[in-house]
Amino acid sequence: MSPSEFVQQLVNALSLGSIYALLALGLSMVYGVLGMLNFAYGELVTITGYTMLAMTYVGAPFLVVAIVGVIAAGLSSVLMELVAFRPLRNASFVSLLFTSFAVAQLIQGAFRQAVSVRSRGIPVPAFFDDAVQLGPVRISVLSIITASIGAISLIALTTFMRRSRSGLAMRAASQDFTTARLLGVRANRVISLAFLLSGILAGIAGVLWIARTTSVNPTTGFVPVVQAFIASVIGGLGNLRGAVIGGFFLGTLEVFLQATLPGSLLPYAQGASLLIVVAILYVRPQGLLGQRVQAL
Amino acid sequence: MPEPTADEPAVGVGVAEPAPLLAVDGLTVAYGAVTAIRDVSLTVAPGEIVATLGPNGAGKTTLLRTLAGALKPQRGTVTFDGRPLAGLSPEAVVRRGIALVPEGRHIFPNLTVQENLVVGGITRRDRDGLREDTERLLSRFPILAERASQLAGTLSGGEQQQLAITRALMSRPRMLLLDEPSLGLAPIVLDRIFELIAQLRAEGATVLLVEQNVHRALDLADRAYVLSVGAVVASGDTDRLVEGELERSYLGISGTDRSGP
Repeated sequence: MSPSEFVQQLVNALSLGSIYALLALGLSMVYGVLGMLNFAYGELVTITGYTMLAMTYVGAPFLVVAIVGVIAAGLSSVLMELVAFRPLRNASFVSLLFTSFAVAQLIQGAFRQAVSVRSRGIPVPAFFDDAVQLGPVRISVLSIITASIGAISLIALTTFMRRSRSGLAMRAASQDFTTARLLGVRANRVISLAFLLSGILAGIAGVLWIARTTSVNPTTGFVPVVQAFIASVIGGLGNLRGAVIGGFFLGTLEVFLQATLPGSLLPYAQGASLLIVVAILYVRPQGLLGQRVQAL
Repeated sequence: MPEPTADEPAVGVGVAEPAPLLAVDGLTVAYGAVTAIRDVSLTVAPGEIVATLGPNGAGKTTLLRTLAGALKPQRGTVTFDGRPLAGLSPEAVVRRGIALVPEGRHIFPNLTVQENLVVGGITRRDRDGLREDTERLLSRFPILAERASQLAGTLSGGEQQQLAITRALMSRPRMLLLDEPSLGLAPIVLDRIFELIAQLRAEGATVLLVEQNVHRALDLADRAYVLSVGAVVASGDTDRLVEGELERSYLGISGTDRSGP
């Protein structure tokens, strides 16, 4: 791989990695606060896609399409918690897991019935396909946009979690929920906030994902969110920094395996990357930055 | 204002007091089929330090956690400042002016000392007051001030206990519930913690204290209740208790090897 190729692939890796990182963050955030794995998380990406589709039909410019898509994911996430998860607040981990499976199936089924099983195209601005030439390096505009939006989102979220009282309350609640409540952190509010942020992250990642795939179907959210699950496990479930590292790690692994494996081995790229993940978890079952499960 | 202690407590306090700040009447709390405390009644007057003594498993921690809203009672009433308290969520109880320092400290290890204090003041909106309180409390604990930007998990046990108490004070509680503040601390650190509680009393704080260290607790407190297997078996002024029922009921139980779970 020539140096210029390497730089190109690096930007691609940052771009794909930032999508995984955003999604892994969203999953990890809800896991941290509520101790639940939300398997309906991918459906928020799908909802973003269909909202974008609807906005395209009414002729909105792409920026508006994207912003409305993000808002729809954030609101759907809060609504999902209110309707499906809140009544089961003190239910077991397994009950919540199965409930989230059910929610995922319901949403997928609704889109199949209401729209179609088949993919619908979502037009994206033509300049996404352009590339900029920086000396010997050619980088796709979409990759630059994706990586930049990913970075901005991560910085904004970090600032929020560190500087704001609400962010602090969330971090406290994810370390020790009962003690946080004893100090006055409102349980319902902090959980709604976690779902809102996690939904917004899914929305941003969803827009970036749709911009790559330029289409939506009822199972659109599945692939990126499975990767995000893996990323958050690599990083250590519930650990936000770990989720980001896991996301970029997985994105980089995928891009560089695609770029370096000989053509005959390409079909095994995904398998190879999972093998490396298994090796990591074999050495560190709690993930790269994860802590041992705390006693309650 | 409802009458706080109309009924005679299970074991009479025998002291006529002005309207208590906290009145617990006939409180029963169970974990599933296991009753942890049964028909417990007690009162705490404003400015009083009241100790709850008893062996492990007597239900002391259950009592405090129920008062703080972390557990729901099966029966009984809790009246704080003339208004009912039982059944409120923890976040509502702390807004009414009761702060619990839980057993085992439960500081947030991955937040800084400063951030722990901010969470302690999360119920308040007065920025200036919060800043003043933070400065005042930190100046009282130079060790915490020195380590304000350090992760709380890196503090020693005694420092963590100081932080836990300080954090609870950030909500400006009218009553402090202290659960085993001396647990696992070295004797010299213990002195500091008890000094701190004595200071709080001098400032007029009202404290309900659960403590394994009987002698220290009796030195400090005005009155004490002795719990055994979930029920109040003795109560009264601490100087009187030392001579009386305490030695039989509490020391008697803990002196044998049946001190329970």
